[in-house]
Formats: sequence, structure tokens, C-alpha cells
Amino acid sequence: MKKVLMGNHAATLGAALARVQVVAAYPITPATQIVELIAEMSAKGTFPGKFLRVESEHSAMAALLGAATAGARTFTATSSQGLAYMHELLHWVSGARLPVVMVDVNRALAAPWNLWTDQTDSLSQRDTGWLQFYCATNQEVLDTVLMAYKVSENLLLPSMVMLDGFTLSHVYEPVDVPDQKAVDAFLPPFKPAAFLDVKNPGAFGSLETPKPYFRLRRRIAVDMDRAEALVEQVGADFERSFGRGYGAVESYRSQDADVSLVCSGAVGSTAKQAVDELRAEGHAAGLLRFRLFRPFPAAALKRLTRPDMKLAVVDRNYSPGHQGIFCEEIKASLYATERRPEVYGFVAGLGGGDITVELLKEIWHEVKAGTADPVSPLWMEEAR
Amino acid sequence: MFEIRFHGRGGQGTVLLAKMIADVVLRSGRGECMAIPEFGVERRGAPVLAYARVSDKPIHVRTRIYAPDAVAVLDTAFANNPALTAGLKKGGVIVLNTEEPPAALAARFPGFATRAVPAKRIALAHQLGSATSPVVNTAMCGAICAIFDLADQAALEAAIREAVPVKHDENAAAAREAFLLCSRKEKAHAAA
Repeated sequence: MKKVLMGNHAATLGAALARVQVVAAYPITPATQIVELIAEMSAKGTFPGKFLRVESEHSAMAALLGAATAGARTFTATSSQGLAYMHELLHWVSGARLPVVMVDVNRALAAPWNLWTDQTDSLSQRDTGWLQFYCATNQEVLDTVLMAYKVSENLLLPSMVMLDGFTLSHVYEPVDVPDQKAVDAFLPPFKPAAFLDVKNPGAFGSLETPKPYFRLRRRIAVDMDRAEALVEQVGADFERSFGRGYGAVESYRSQDADVSLVCSGAVGSTAKQAVDELRAEGHAAGLLRFRLFRPFPAAALKRLTRPDMKLAVVDRNYSPGHQGIFCEEIKASLYATERRPEVYGFVAGLGGGDITVELLKEIWHEVKAGTADPVSPLWMEEAR
Repeated sequence: MFEIRFHGRGGQGTVLLAKMIADVVLRSGRGECMAIPEFGVERRGAPVLAYARVSDKPIHVRTRIYAPDAVAVLDTAFANNPALTAGLKKGGVIVLNTEEPPAALAARFPGFATRAVPAKRIALAHQLGSATSPVVNTAMCGAICAIFDLADQAALEAAIREAVPVKHDENAAAAREAFLLCSRKEKAHAAA
């Protein structure tokens, strides 16, 4: 049934439909309503799992580490400073091979204090061993939470599902909320082979010497290597069940494009309008929208680009001393390709500035006209 | 695509009004819809902006609305504020919560169309809020649906009942009264 939902509530309904067994969370703007609705449903008895009120984000992830070790399906949501505070436990959860799913509402990091959208919070957790998905619509938020459990529980690796602060989290639009029965058929209960059980005592996460540690890390690498194909497969399964398909990278009118915008998150939705307008003006414009960032979808990037296609990568994030993070990853990923597209980076919308259709068209024209710099990013600001 | 901006104050239900517009459009099957709060720190009494988009095609744009087709004004104290018409398209419609005579209202906004909605009077007649702080969002929702033909009466009332936390009958009645009043006026307007 279609309902008008804010992005945050779409995330909560996704978790409820996934029959999450344990939630531990601490509220933070702009993710607060995710947890508020869980608390409300929990009080009414309509949330399937146990909701733990904890004193911090660090404790939230620690609680989920314990619950997931005992074999529970677990969920939390956070943003910005809260995610940064979880950092230590993020490594613990992936190292322990626990399929926790967390929603992060992308928000800028202080200082200065800022509440608005920016991907630097999640991208600065790039190396923690979590899969990362970026959503462009509220429907995609709900759907991706469901798909993330399926992928994570297959790989035994955790997933982070991102939505833009305010731009998605607080925007209302119709969302098709699937039937519980259909979700149950798509996502069976989580049944790990090994879990903490008082009747069958065992040790988890104990001290390991270099050789087993190295081999365990190598096993994470092997599973990450098969994750991109698995994400594509689960996206195709999802389409068979619900009629909405998702891949690692969405290609929009880019097949014959001479310059393609490369975006992620809600900007990847606005960019479709920019591409439509550029096409109407007679330009061969396209869009590649990254849904998956970790593992980096190198196969999809290679499949969807051509050596004569230029890429205009729009990053709402920045790695100080280098460049936009999607841009640097795309460049690194294409390096091994003998004939590769030219890649130009743009930093825009940090701290929540609107990335408008006009700004995206300006970025496209910078690359088309050959005025963009292949080494350093151009910093683009909306004029209004 | 139809784009509208809402001007109100914190506590008046401006964001909820934008959401109710999305609700009624979904229920009436008139197309795609999106409601967007201005992304700020919310405080009672502070100026609040919200936006809504309605389209018969999928809505991809996810930014603020910079050039609306219409603005709706919940708080009449904004009526002389230049922010009200900022970016408003030439010939765009200004819907005001006011009992000011139509001719006087039109004279104040040359180049734009104006519609007066007695939302405060309607709200108070249905015991919504107080004389100093009337809750006008449901009456404004009914008026907007009629003026821009966004919904039928049944979809409007059903959406209002689901959206409001209290006084379901009173809010639905206020929306209905404003809807019927503005529908009559629009018909008269079209005939003239």
C-alpha cells in the first residue's frame, strides 16, 4: 500500500518489516524520527523486536555486537557525530562477521556545528569493513534496508544504508510499503551457523596471533570480492518479488553520453532532471548513480563506461588534502584499465547547500567545454 | 509540474500542511507529490517555510523550490514581506489567509493573481486554536485543493482525518468548508 512517508519513517518501516529482533539506538538530528517511531511502535506493541534505550551511540553499537553474536537480527540508526562516536565498534562488528544493518542519515561533521546533509560522515568510515549503500528516494530507503539484510546475512558482514539528511530524511513522498508476507518470503529469518549460546559455550573475539588474524582478514576480502555480484543478484531477486529492481550503479541515459554526471544519494535523483534538460537542449548527457560504495562496484563502473565517455563526478564530501572521495575511488578503480574515460572531480553542497539542476548543468558544461581540471576538484557553489 | 511554497510560523502546522497536500494528491490519484520542509532549526513563532511539488510525471528534483507557481500564506503578518513574492513566477498565485476585499488584495500584488481565504474565521468557527493563535492549516489545505484542483472532497477529508493528531471532525469540517467556498469562487472566477 502506498503511504506518504518521510525518509526516516521509511527506514523504520523497513526495519519493522525485516522483523528486526533487537534495536539499540541513541537519537541525533536528523535521524531522530527513525528511533522515535521505533519507540512509539515498541510502546504500542507493534514493533517486532526489543528496543534498548542506551546512553550513547558507542553503547548502541556495543549492544548490537552482543545481540548479533547471540544470533539476533539487529538494527540501529544514527548520523554524523553519532556515527563518528561508534567508530571503534564498527571495526569490531565487521571483524566479528556480524550482519548488523544500520541506517546513517548523512550529515556534516563539526566544527562548525552543522545539521545538514554531507557524506563525509559515512565516507570517513570507509575502511571499517561495512558495506555502504546510498539511496536516492524514500522508497529506495525502505527497499534497501530489506536488501541489506539479505546481502549482509549471506556475507556475514554489516551494512550501512545512507539517506541524505533533511533532503530525504524529512521530505515526504509516496512509498509503497510491501506486505509482511511478501517480505517474509524474500527475507527468511536469520539463522547463523555459529552463535553465542549458553547451552553450547564458546569463545568469541578472543586474542588471535598474526597468522590466523591475517587469514581472517583475507576471508573478509574474499567475501567483499563477491559482494558486488551478490548485491546485483539480490537487487534482481527483489525486483522479481516487488517489481522494483536495483543494481550497484544505476545508469540513466548514459549509454551514448559523451559526458556523464556521476552522483550518489538524493543528488542522483535531481541529476536525472538535469540530464533530461541537457538532452532536450541537444546535448549527449548521461548519469551514473552509485548506490553501492563499499565494496566499490568496479565491475559495474567498467561495464557502464567507455573510453570516450568523460565523467563529471559530483562529491558532496571531501577528503582534506586530496579530493572528493567518490572521485578518487573512481580514478583508482579505472587505473588498471588500459583505455579509460577521463575523470573530473567537483566538490559541491558540503554542509547541506542545495545541489540544484542548474548547478549540475553547469558542472556538466565545465567538463564538456574542457575547462575542468583533471587533477584538482573544482569547488562549485549554488549562486542563490 | 506545479510547485507551491508555504509561509507560516513555527507552531502553525506549516510543514504538516505541505504533507497534507501530498497526502490528498496521493489519495485522489492526481499524480506524483512531494512535501519538503525548509531544512532549519524549528522554533515556535519563527518564520517557517515549506514546499510541495505535484506532477503527473515522476518527480526527480529534490531541492528547495526557487521559482514557485504559487505561494500560500498562513500568517497574514507576512503579507507585506518581500520574501513572499521572491522567485514567484510572473502571474503566479498568492493564496492568503485574510478577509481583505479581493480588489484591495489584488492592488497590493501587481503582476500576480491573488486569492483570499478566510481561514482564520473558518478555523475559529470549528474551535481550532484561539483568536490569537488559530490553527489554519486544514482550512488552507481545503482552499489550496479547490483553487488548484488538486483533489476531490472525499480524498481531502480522508487525508485530513488521517493527518491530524486531534479534533478529526473539526479539522475535516474546516477543510470541507474552505474547499466548498473556494470551489464556488473558482467557478465564478472562471465564468467571469
